[in-house]
Amino acid sequence: MSPGPYPRLRPRLDDLMGGVMLALLPGGLVQGWLLGWGLLLHCLIAVLTALVCEALVLVIRRRPVMATLRDGSAMVTALLLALCLPPLTPWWVTVTGTGLAIILAKHLYGGLGYNIFNPAMVAYAMLLVSFPGVMTVWPETPASLVETGNCILGLSSFDGTTGATPLDAVKTQWIQVSESGETPRHPPLAPVWAWINLAYGVGGLWLLARRLIDWRIPAGFLGGLFLTSLVAYLMDPLHYPTPLFQLSAGASLSGAFFIATDPVTAASTPRGRWIYAAGAGLLTALIRLNGSWPDGVAFAILLMNFAVPTLDHYTRPRVYGTSA
Amino acid sequence: MTTVSHQELAARGLWHNNQALVALLGLCPLLAVSNSLLNGLTLGLATTGVMVVSGSLIAAFRDRLIASIRLPLFVLVIAVTVSSIDLLMQAFLFELHQTLGLFIPLIVTNCAILGRIEAFACRHPVREAGLDGLYTGLGFSGVLVALGAGRELLGQGTLGSLTLFDGYQGFQLAMQPPGAFIALGLLIAVRNAVVSWLRKP
Repeated sequence: MSPGPYPRLRPRLDDLMGGVMLALLPGGLVQGWLLGWGLLLHCLIAVLTALVCEALVLVIRRRPVMATLRDGSAMVTALLLALCLPPLTPWWVTVTGTGLAIILAKHLYGGLGYNIFNPAMVAYAMLLVSFPGVMTVWPETPASLVETGNCILGLSSFDGTTGATPLDAVKTQWIQVSESGETPRHPPLAPVWAWINLAYGVGGLWLLARRLIDWRIPAGFLGGLFLTSLVAYLMDPLHYPTPLFQLSAGASLSGAFFIATDPVTAASTPRGRWIYAAGAGLLTALIRLNGSWPDGVAFAILLMNFAVPTLDHYTRPRVYGTSA
Repeated sequence: MTTVSHQELAARGLWHNNQALVALLGLCPLLAVSNSLLNGLTLGLATTGVMVVSGSLIAAFRDRLIASIRLPLFVLVIAVTVSSIDLLMQAFLFELHQTLGLFIPLIVTNCAILGRIEAFACRHPVREAGLDGLYTGLGFSGVLVALGAGRELLGQGTLGSLTLFDGYQGFQLAMQPPGAFIALGLLIAVRNAVVSWLRKP
């Protein structure tokens, strides 16, 4: 519970969610353009599943169905999950993940406003742990619509080349071969993903300009990620990628602007937000540099979600009219 | 000492005071071993055996116990029982014993057993103590079996030697420790839902 006073909620929930969906558009379009049709199909599957699950749970819980569906929060969760999925993931993975997000991570905790953990990231982490085989296959070149559809429906398996994401490549080609001596030079920016992250950044800046999200969270997240990777890079520039590479790879900017800023699961005090976001950035960098997962954003944000109640407790601002 | 009826003991052990779902005791073995139906069933039955035997033994000697050192005595009796069952399983069920490994000796540390002895067996006659151990153990086994079957079914698509889905890819989360916690939470939620549904009219 954040400290008072409690002014009328501004922005309203449906404005906020609509704004987030609109701001996801540039990033989503670029990601779809560069990685293939899969994104669009997964967004459709996920949103449909989310709406059905949300309506189902609301009926069981005897809550107003249409009013809650219209606030858009379930759709945002579904979209954020769909953006994390590799384009050729089979449909049942998306359906399972969205169901877990809405039912397990959101409504079992009490529904919107009560969930401790970011539902989309809970679902992503569960899918990654459960189906590592399908969750880490990224095609090298975008597949055609028909081919993508066949893969998603499970009618045929993908026979093009699949490649490592830039983060995986860094891990296997540089960090883990530190003993072997000679290593190739790093690319300054993560290929392909730099454009995707740039587009998410543009959408994020628009959210900032409309004051739909707090600037402290993306600033803290990106700052934490940048500083931690800078320290690692300065310690061993041969094996650790540059901070700029880290910012342009994986889900750095979409995580900073769209996932860490979830108003329910982020810290609510200004100082708490700094610590929450910087901690998530730091953990993201550490997991990427030393972990065995493809990206660290989801786990870092979930770990910091644990800390949010404690952060909010210890960073309460001074109440007006009292001494500290 | 008031006597407790057979039905009362059964209702308490299996439902009202189910050690796993209500008292939340013995969760360490419960969560660790419930990754398949067979493991769950075996550990459940072994625990039930330990509860019956150690409870009856304590009840038989309950007048001669020195109150100030009763807990070490309880643990000693439980440890003797567990070791005997461990050796028996090694002799007659060797392969099963190999898969369960350390978890059979670890039954000693199951706090549900010590809890029932301290709370019930040390102040009731042998017959009631034995029955209490039996029903408490069966209640615990029931949860172990349900968890084990559910996790095996979701995680691998099998149930014992049956393969229920062909070409099932497996839901790894169900086989891992977090899956055990989530599954136990769901079971407790189902029990609470049943309780409030029974109470409603």
